Amino acid sequence: MIEILATGPLTTVQDDGRPGWAAVGVSRSGAADRASAALANRLVGNERDAAVLEVTLGGLHLRVGSPTLLALTGAACAATVDGRGVAMTSPMHVPAGGVLRLGTPGTGLRTYVAVRGGIAVPAVLGSRATDVLAGVGPPVVRVGDVLPVGTSSTPVPGVDHAPVREPERPVVLALVPGPRADWFVGDVLAGLAAGAYTVGTASNRTALRLDGPALRRVHDRELPSEGLVPGAVQVPPDGRPVVFLRDHPVTGGYPVVAVVTAASLDRAAQLRPGDEIRFRVGRTIGA
Amino acid sequence: MSLRLLPYGDDAVLVELDDLPAVLGYHAALIAAALPGVTELVPAARTVLVRFDPARTTVPSVRTALAAVTPAAADASTGPLVDIDVVYDGLDLAALAIELDTDPAEVVARHTAPTYTVAFCGFTPGFGYLVGGDPWLRVPRLATPRPRVPAGSVAVADVFSAVYPTATPGGWRLLGRTAQAMWDPTRQPPALLAPGTRVRFRSVPA
Repeated sequence: MIEILATGPLTTVQDDGRPGWAAVGVSRSGAADRASAALANRLVGNERDAAVLEVTLGGLHLRVGSPTLLALTGAACAATVDGRGVAMTSPMHVPAGGVLRLGTPGTGLRTYVAVRGGIAVPAVLGSRATDVLAGVGPPVVRVGDVLPVGTSSTPVPGVDHAPVREPERPVVLALVPGPRADWFVGDVLAGLAAGAYTVGTASNRTALRLDGPALRRVHDRELPSEGLVPGAVQVPPDGRPVVFLRDHPVTGGYPVVAVVTAASLDRAAQLRPGDEIRFRVGRTIGA
Repeated sequence: MSLRLLPYGDDAVLVELDDLPAVLGYHAALIAAALPGVTELVPAARTVLVRFDPARTTVPSVRTALAAVTPAAADASTGPLVDIDVVYDGLDLAALAIELDTDPAEVVARHTAPTYTVAFCGFTPGFGYLVGGDPWLRVPRLATPRPRVPAGSVAVADVFSAVYPTATPGGWRLLGRTAQAMWDPTRQPPALLAPGTRVRFRSVPA
């Protein structure tokens, strides 16, 4: 088990989510940056969908109850075990009673902590993901929580360190057309790609809210609510785009102009308020 | 009937139809067709979102298959039939009866007469939009939503009826309440009402 001593601004349990419930009002949820969560699991020899801790802007402190293999991925932050510095993306053995402390990341938003065996809180609808919008899944992690740890039978890979390429700045997100691109003036995807956008303060696991050039519609027809996907770029009446992340509502009543591709969505999940972003039309080779 | 296939990224296609009855018929046919690789169907008022596993199929294959689906009749749902027991003592019942120039008993009689169908879900987990109601009972929602509508509230707005699964803000007109849980993640199935489910309301004493 692990005992939570401090959580930072927000720590949740996440796994690969619960697909298949959107028709009754529950989106998939799961780790906001799926590639980082999967890498953390790989480093400690877990299945890729084992539950990890998703730490928003650092600040997590935890104590392990028994000797444990841990790994940190995602937003890089200064981290210590019993006061000694430890590296990102490197599996580490922590002795019984050892205390892991995460500082605040310099860039990026979400750091993942994988524990060999996975966080073994009870699953809800087949998943341990906390969906903060729908209110489904384990509760948000609190100070004093004692989280059970499972077992893993898969071997630990003989890897000391997995190098990760830092994204260029400003981060570029790849776009493909959405269902309502024709509701907007001109070549709206090209317009998005030409604009400089900044991540707004109201962003969270549900969506990135962007400040920047407003997109103009060709008419002001009402749109009956229709299904959403992660990465959907929705444009409310003020014209400023919203990029939906993992805890998106299952339907929305504003036009979706574009979709951020899956690989770019993991990068989007690492953006914090004030970060600049650019869009690019088309899939990104190798990203 | 016209059908438009709209792009929606690498693992989804949005099917747009003429109206809600067309959505019901197309959604029923899609369930029956069980297209290979399709993982999720999300019906809404005018559309069905079709999501698929890109490791098993492709956008062009899915588009071809979707265009070939023959819609079923709008009232062809063979979903499970659920009876919901309602105490008709809602906050808006008396005012609604006056608005419709009748008495509460007729509102209750007209609300309990039809067999409804869940057209789609949304808003909160387990919130089903029921269609098939008496057009006479078509009323606008409140101008100012209530900050809190209790769980189990049975309500109408526009062409829809619904039961609030959890306590949330809401602007629908409250006819009554039920003790039946619409949403319970520990139950199988967690949502009492899913698209296609048929529903009857029964008036029971308080």
